[in-house]
Amino acid sequence: MTCAATLDNRLSIEKSDPGRRGLWCKNPLRAKANVPANLRRKSPPRLPELSEFDVIRHFTRLSRLNFSVDTHFYPLGSCTMKYNPRFNEEAAALEGFAALHPLAHDTCAQGTLELIHDLSARLCELCGLDAITLQPAAGAHSEFTGLLLAKAYFENKGETRNEIVVPDSAHGTNPATASMMGFNTVNITSKPDGRLDVEELKKHIGPKTAVLMLTVPNTVGIFETNIEAIAKAVHEAGALLYMDGANFNALIGMVKPGDLGIDMMHLNFHKTFSTPHGGGGPGAGAIVCRKHLAPFLPVPTVKKEGGKFVSDFGDARSIGKVKAFFGNTGVLVRAYAYMLAHSAKEFGEIAVCSIINANYVAALLKEMYPSYSKEYCMHECVLTPGPDMLAKGLKTLDVAKGLLDRGFHAPTIYFPLIVHEAIMIEPTETESKDTLDEFVAAMKSVHDAGIADPQSLKDAPHTMPVKRLDEVQAARQPNLHW
Amino acid sequence: MPKPEEARYTKTHEWIHLGAEASVGISDHAQHEMGDVVFVELPKVGQKLEKEKPCAVVESVKSAFDIYSPVSGEVTAINDAVTGEPALLNQSPLDNGWLFKMKPSNPAEGETLMNWAAYQDFVKQAAH
Repeated sequence: MTCAATLDNRLSIEKSDPGRRGLWCKNPLRAKANVPANLRRKSPPRLPELSEFDVIRHFTRLSRLNFSVDTHFYPLGSCTMKYNPRFNEEAAALEGFAALHPLAHDTCAQGTLELIHDLSARLCELCGLDAITLQPAAGAHSEFTGLLLAKAYFENKGETRNEIVVPDSAHGTNPATASMMGFNTVNITSKPDGRLDVEELKKHIGPKTAVLMLTVPNTVGIFETNIEAIAKAVHEAGALLYMDGANFNALIGMVKPGDLGIDMMHLNFHKTFSTPHGGGGPGAGAIVCRKHLAPFLPVPTVKKEGGKFVSDFGDARSIGKVKAFFGNTGVLVRAYAYMLAHSAKEFGEIAVCSIINANYVAALLKEMYPSYSKEYCMHECVLTPGPDMLAKGLKTLDVAKGLLDRGFHAPTIYFPLIVHEAIMIEPTETESKDTLDEFVAAMKSVHDAGIADPQSLKDAPHTMPVKRLDEVQAARQPNLHW
Repeated sequence: MPKPEEARYTKTHEWIHLGAEASVGISDHAQHEMGDVVFVELPKVGQKLEKEKPCAVVESVKSAFDIYSPVSGEVTAINDAVTGEPALLNQSPLDNGWLFKMKPSNPAEGETLMNWAAYQDFVKQAAH
């Protein structure tokens, strides 16, 4: 693949040429008349002066530099870069949702409240849990909300528990959330197969333990087969079991986490429920929990009363708000559209296909890129460069850069940390066999090219607008431009 | 320059050069695994450290890594050179890339750490 867009670092303001115009304000006098004289600016704003044509070229060129899921296969492990159906966008653009004022009275917002109520019920059903908040703006924000719930729950019981236990196979946000909440993090080393050791766990939990945060399936891409024993041990210590549900795509419709003994879990709508990945835009997450944690959930939630949907502000036990209003409802509409587009049976098929796709890639690549795990993986596989590549000094970073030259976004690399030279691939269920075959061919081509000419692969990418970056300089002295 | 054979090692890949004032750093194996180091966050002089508890952070192009204190004690000096020039950890992990010095509160703790031969075996095993 070649990238036709040339590298032009100039910002639109630097292309500005005084006097060029692309837009005329139809009635500037009226706009001025509405602003009190003392608030009017004295000099015109410094905006780029460009023609409409300049603007179109500028942004079209920038968009062509973008490596996105709409243009390329994006096998970023742990991120679930599945297709975002356009039907979701149509639903979110419906005027009744898009034009609703956040301060509108419940009686004027029945459609949105019903959607939140029904989405809540459906998600509780999928998770096998009792109550939910849709307020959090993302997965990590959901974790934060979950630990706030745990804190409120134990305070209400009059217990002081200040430790959060996190296995080394968990997502990095878990210990970060625990620290942010002022808890002490207790790390547990996994067994060689990547699973949590129940006996080791028992040594680290006790009266100080508030929560065990477990990523299921874990970051090595395998299922915690001991999860019932884990849940029992946690509950015997009087602690709560939190499931990081970022990898829920592997379980959805197949397993209800509530049945496994989970007390609460989070969902990422941009992963499992096909809403766009943020990149700075609005996101949405959820905390789904058991009855005993429900009184502490953020408010408002939605309840049905006499055939109408009303905001429920709970009581003094609630932790309050974690986000204004009901969260990012536009994202919730997209997730709801996705849910309505699939039957319960189809949700199970989503999980199965995502697992088959990951195993298909791992099986075809096993000679050149051995899997970390010796067993079948779940929705993502963790590979490493084979001994022949390592012997030539070729690393995971070189494989990632080589893939860019072959028209594929790089997988997640050097994560999880417990795997040496990790390459983490999550194809998701929405990729066809053809795409996966092309990706496998590209991975093999990277291997062969690297063995034949190691230096060339170490210098990759060759066809991108920027070549191999000096990562130390990029981190310490970034070349910022504004 | 301290010889690698003279230091003791932890399972988390720190080395400690034992003595009344012990110096601490990361092993050559550790710097290889981390890749190019871009930031270093050191403890403060006078800070009390607890054995096996995080006491510093090393960030490389791959990730951020906690550094665990090999023994308990008090920080007596820190290597300001590495915060300004983190590449020292890659170039000279055992010498110019030392992180901090400490006064161990219980010298016996140091004796339980791996010696050079045991650490080399440990690294070899971990590779499989």
